[in-house]
Amino acid sequence: MTISAYPVTEVRQNLEDFELGLLLEAIFYQYHFDFRGYSKASIKRRMTKAMEHFGCDTFSLLQNRILQECDLMPKLLTFLTVPVSELFRDPLYFRDLREKVLPHLKTYPSINVWIAGCSTGEELYSLVILFREEGLEERTTFYATDINSDSLKKAKMAIYELDRMKVFSNNYLLAGGKASLSDYYTTAYGAAKLDSSLRKQIVFSEHNLVSDADFAEMHLVTCRNVLIYFEKELQARVIKLFNQSLSRKGFLWLGSKESLLFSPHAHAFSVFLPNTKVYQKETSLEHVT
Amino acid sequence: MSHNIEAIVIGASAGAFTALKVILPQLPANYPLPIVIVVHLVRDQPSMLTELLQRDCRLSIKEAQDKESLAPGVVYFAPPDYHLLIENNKSLSLSSDEPVLYSRPSIDVLFETAADSFREKLLGIVLTGANSDGAKGLKRVEQLGGMVIVQDPHDADVNIMPLSAINACQNPRILNLNSIIDFLTGELIS
Repeated sequence: MTISAYPVTEVRQNLEDFELGLLLEAIFYQYHFDFRGYSKASIKRRMTKAMEHFGCDTFSLLQNRILQECDLMPKLLTFLTVPVSELFRDPLYFRDLREKVLPHLKTYPSINVWIAGCSTGEELYSLVILFREEGLEERTTFYATDINSDSLKKAKMAIYELDRMKVFSNNYLLAGGKASLSDYYTTAYGAAKLDSSLRKQIVFSEHNLVSDADFAEMHLVTCRNVLIYFEKELQARVIKLFNQSLSRKGFLWLGSKESLLFSPHAHAFSVFLPNTKVYQKETSLEHVT
Repeated sequence: MSHNIEAIVIGASAGAFTALKVILPQLPANYPLPIVIVVHLVRDQPSMLTELLQRDCRLSIKEAQDKESLAPGVVYFAPPDYHLLIENNKSLSLSSDEPVLYSRPSIDVLFETAADSFREKLLGIVLTGANSDGAKGLKRVEQLGGMVIVQDPHDADVNIMPLSAINACQNPRILNLNSIIDFLTGELIS
């Protein structure tokens, strides 16, 4: 029989990737979440975890459930979107931002900051604290966006496990913090809740980098450790979106292992702080369609 | 005997530097395969590993960059605090997903994605180390038809990682460092 000429593992592997592709199409068709441009190795790992969690043996069975049970999608999203970060992750980068970028932002009467892919808010609140300590908070609006509404809810609550605060406090001091991180939170029942006054200048909103447009003129866009989850084409789209959103000479801050080096839009930015991954907009790219 | 291996993945933890310093300098500059390596590193410290190894190696040693394509004769190391994954199109991706077995980078993550991508054309090697990361990944490499080698636990600085890998696999080749070098420079590429 001809079918036995194919090695079984190869057939199964190709089938699995094919099923994953169909599942991503189904999610896009039904819920308009477009994961088709995500890096496949990562999305496959995450989807495999979800598959096991929902007790499905194949991506096709998961696809069936996702299409039929609409309350499943929010749960699936938590498996697929970017995980938690830390307050002041990469503290020396935050110190650089404080010392070398904020002095430029100080020259503006009002400042817009976009935290794209803010997840559960760690990066966001780090920035708010930084801006408060540099006297910029009052005239800044922080646009915190994420694809996942559950993450946004958590970001709004600003409650973190107490045992994470030690790392956060250490990061804060390395980042050049001017007080003690404990000035910004209260503890109860094994958790730390950030001061609600930190939320005053924040606008939370659902936003999908894959499909949504820009919405305001930004002086600083931070998007750290999000682009690594995208394939090159999608990375290029998102960089273009940021370029469109940034004001002239606005700043773009990427993750420590992300860069514009290989981006088709690299020419539209200059490298402002090479080690810290801060870029500055030089020219405008045409509008994203 | 000739093999049609197209890539090598290596995982190691405690004792990794010493072991790699024995193996990698023995490989010629024109080595025909890409080598992708995860070692467990102290996070938040810029890794000096690549620089230190490069001094003694003819191969080109570098930290892996996101979306970079694999090239023969190049050794790629996972950066500290990021997982390193191999895509179906033989390029590399980074991720900051949660640690696996307290490890980021995780050997299992590299091995499992590499196995998915290269299947029977992959060689996985687990060296010295003090936890069981790599065992699950090496098992996956073997299941998909790849070749698996584990450093002889008697030869390893720390034997926990080799022992876990040996237990997880059906039929691993168990070799000391010198035999691994002989295999990599002889049988594998002849």
